[in-house]
Amino acid sequence: MPDDRELASTHAADQLLGDRFPGMAATDELVVSRQSEALDSDDILLRRPLGILFWLALAWVAVVALAAIFANVLPLHNPNFQNYNAINQGPSFHYLLGTDDLGRDLLSRLVFGARVSLIVGFVSVAIGMAVGGTGGLVSGYLGGAVDGSLNALSFVILAYPAIVAVIAIVAFWGQSLWKITIIIGVGTIPLLFRVVRASSLSFANRDFVIAAKTMGATTPRILFREILPNVVPVALTFGLITVAGVIVIEGSLAFLGLSVKLPTPSWGNLISEGTSNGNISINPLILLWPSLCMFLLLLSINLIGDRLRQRFDIREGLL
Amino acid sequence: MTTVSDTVPGTDDLVLDVRDLVVEFKTGRQRVQAVSGVTFQVRRGETLGLVGESGCGKSTTGRTLVQVQPATAGTIVYRGEDLTALTGRRLRQLRTKIQMIFQDPISSLNPRRRVRDIVAEPLVIWGRGTKAERDQKVREMLEAVGIDPDSSGDRRPQEFSGGQCQRISIARALMADPELLICDEPVSALDVSVQAQILNLLADLKERFSLTMVFIAHDLAVVKTVSDRVAVMYLGKLVEVAGSDELYRQAAHPYTEALLASIPEPDPDAQELQPALSGELPSPLDPPSGCRFRTRCPYAQERCAAEEPPLREIAPGHQVACHFPLHGTPAPADQAPAPT
Amino acid sequence: MSAVRRTRGRTLEFKDVHDGGGPLLAVEDLHTAFRTTRGTVRAVDGVSFELQAGTTLGIVGESGSGKTVLSRSIMGLLPPHDVLRSGTVHFAGHELTAMKPSELRQVWGAELSMIFQDPMTALNPVKRIGKQITESLLLHLDMDKKEAASTAVELLRSVGIPSPEERVRWYPFQLSGGMRQRVMIAIALACAPRLVLADEPTTGLDVTVQAQILDLLGDLQRERHMAVILVTHDLGVVASRADEIIVMYAGRIVERAPADTLFHDTHMPYTKALMESIPRLADPAGTRLTAIPGRPPDLIHPPKGCRFAPRCPYAQTKCLEAEPPLRTAGSPDHLFACWFPLVNGVSTAPAPVAGNGAAATTLPDGPGDTATATAQAASGGTDAAAPGSGDGPTAGGETEAEA
Repeated sequence: MPDDRELASTHAADQLLGDRFPGMAATDELVVSRQSEALDSDDILLRRPLGILFWLALAWVAVVALAAIFANVLPLHNPNFQNYNAINQGPSFHYLLGTDDLGRDLLSRLVFGARVSLIVGFVSVAIGMAVGGTGGLVSGYLGGAVDGSLNALSFVILAYPAIVAVIAIVAFWGQSLWKITIIIGVGTIPLLFRVVRASSLSFANRDFVIAAKTMGATTPRILFREILPNVVPVALTFGLITVAGVIVIEGSLAFLGLSVKLPTPSWGNLISEGTSNGNISINPLILLWPSLCMFLLLLSINLIGDRLRQRFDIREGLL
Repeated sequence: MTTVSDTVPGTDDLVLDVRDLVVEFKTGRQRVQAVSGVTFQVRRGETLGLVGESGCGKSTTGRTLVQVQPATAGTIVYRGEDLTALTGRRLRQLRTKIQMIFQDPISSLNPRRRVRDIVAEPLVIWGRGTKAERDQKVREMLEAVGIDPDSSGDRRPQEFSGGQCQRISIARALMADPELLICDEPVSALDVSVQAQILNLLADLKERFSLTMVFIAHDLAVVKTVSDRVAVMYLGKLVEVAGSDELYRQAAHPYTEALLASIPEPDPDAQELQPALSGELPSPLDPPSGCRFRTRCPYAQERCAAEEPPLREIAPGHQVACHFPLHGTPAPADQAPAPT
Repeated sequence: MSAVRRTRGRTLEFKDVHDGGGPLLAVEDLHTAFRTTRGTVRAVDGVSFELQAGTTLGIVGESGSGKTVLSRSIMGLLPPHDVLRSGTVHFAGHELTAMKPSELRQVWGAELSMIFQDPMTALNPVKRIGKQITESLLLHLDMDKKEAASTAVELLRSVGIPSPEERVRWYPFQLSGGMRQRVMIAIALACAPRLVLADEPTTGLDVTVQAQILDLLGDLQRERHMAVILVTHDLGVVASRADEIIVMYAGRIVERAPADTLFHDTHMPYTKALMESIPRLADPAGTRLTAIPGRPPDLIHPPKGCRFAPRCPYAQTKCLEAEPPLRTAGSPDHLFACWFPLVNGVSTAPAPVAGNGAAATTLPDGPGDTATATAQAASGGTDAAAPGSGDGPTAGGETEAEA
């Protein structure tokens, strides 16, 4: 029988008080903080449940993603078909979410628009992670001159206002979905590089890495077996938050008319349409649906990211 | 506990020969010497204790022995090969012969990996044995350190207490079949009760696997219990080297005497030998002239500031770096290097 | 420092215990438990003791004994949620457990203060140490800034920090571990408290610095007539510094006696085992230490009977069934919780119980300093010495070697 008390970890116990005491410290002048043996009854190895909100958020992201993926096979109207007999209609059985000022089905525009938003969001972060994340992992561990120059380079890039750069490039290069994805993806590289590098750096001199060295592990092995598993949670969490940020950037570009070309729907385009031509007062639904979907998606992604961080974080995960 | 100190050591018995080891760190534009010319030998089967306060360079010395910290000068000869001159595959191979146990048992295990994989790692790195053979060896080693492989193998380090993590860490170090084990403060993060368990375990394993050990700690009582010989370090230099019992009975360096006096005895009647060491370790950025201990030494004289005392033998196997040792004869003035 | 003015915002009056009004601190039947999803962890389970003004009490136990939770329960420094506390803590005429947070804040720092194990995390890294000291002076003692600043310098001088005029402007990271702990002590003593709780104050420090810090604490205590509670896992630390010692195990007091009595007439096998696990300088090199096998029990489901029985070399059937009360024998100030106490180092138990595998052959009767031969003999059963012995069944389910 696995002895349950062996699950007991002093660290779990530290965590309990460590997490709770700082709040108290703020209330009095005694500085109370995390102690290495704060609570020496050490039997609290428990994982906090992820909670109903997490699953709701995950369900919403899944619904949006599935709808976007299967948009072509879903029984939807053509998102660009203009039915002049049904302009600015409210929700009905035929048009579940209503129609816009050109008689286009709002639901189908929303679903096809999700495609653009999600592709831009996830693929560009994947690009950023592949380049910036890998670079950060290696750079943080190796240190030295390479790290110094990459780090300086990332500072230089970050110092340049990214949104201005993206606007300039989009205006110059063109407005296709893939171009926009790549441009934004490249834009996330320095950000993701810095986050992953910081995390990698914090593990580079841990005793377990030194132990691996003394056992004769090669540098790639240390990077992928020892450092990477510790960096992944941070990268994943921050990556998700970046996805949310990128979706907003796409929206901003659309607002400026610089996202994918109309009439192709993206959530940004839809929001932009909803605010133009006096649509806000005539048919606020055009603005409401994409805004609501984007709001819920961003909320969900951030919530998932936050819960995953808690779960992955070894200290917090114990509670 | 086996000791080889009573047999005459031949050259074959020399496992580690460290000569004039210097380790420097760069801080900004300055250079700090953490280790300033340390020379010692470790013979087969013995345990050499390395003791001193935080900042004296003992841990840096330990890390340099396993070459995770490069030496600035000096040589570390392991079985005839100078580790400081090696690179690449040969260094990686030789490293497995010298393994290290760390102070923080929890940080020395990768929190994301399972105990079984952590312990098997040395074999996996070198592709030794089949999967089944490796599993078998992991089981044996975990059992040897008192961890039940069945209930613990699939768990992750944070599910274990500090003492248990230290056992796992020891199992991992022994998987590579090392000859020399460097223990860097292996018990100072543990409760006294667990400390005794780990010290006993190390003694048992040392015998079972014919290990040679370098045991680094700040607590002389702990070091003395496990070591055959003890080297006392102060601000980057060795100040006294002697057999454990000799060191306790006849401490010749005032610093050793102070270290002995600061150990709390579990006895309310214990007489306080003398006021414990006052002051703190001087900054290694600007070490005192002459004898580095003179600023805290109750017996310091003018000569101590002027001349640096060399490490010299005052009795067989007993070396001390002091002009006016508490035992043995004062250093003859003409032997000392001229003041600079 | 003794002539302190306590005026601003102060609504509580503290009895002057010099007038001889009973003990300074009286803890009665204190229970502290933490609710977790696995069950209720009874970290402190019925602890009572008294402390006279100006004396030192040592609380000793392993990790998991509840000693730290006890000290925090006394302070009232517990997490706001999922904590069950009962019992009373009387301090200088006040009932701390009944106080509102605003009242407690008047006590903390002023009358009752705490020294933590890790001064680096207990000090605020972005505030100058002088400011950290003056904060409580300004709050509790109604000093003006100038007066507080000069008091801070005096305090730093009194805790042995060289050139204090300069150091008040330093940040914690500029100081060594020992110096930081001195600063912690200066902060704790700033308002001349009557009781200082020191929780493992020297655990992270070098032995040389440990001796300095403990000596300093002792000197200041005598000077200021403070009471001190010294919480530690190392009996050696409290041996010559505490007037009375409490040994805790699994949330309870298992032995309580004046220091001399505790060391010379140990009744509880656990206390003895703790003493013997300390390496002694006088032992010859290579001496085998007498380790306590196993680990402290799970405080969610503590073992039936005596909680130490599963690790005790002398455990009898009775020990596994009935919990021994804390009682006296002979001198009234020596309490212990054991059915078969040691007398002159020898157990009064008839014979070791069969099946208590690890323990059956352990713990020789002889005093610690003849440990070589006897401890060698014992090593077959103690500690991790017997590889795989964790597989064998043991009486209390607590297998050996933490397996």
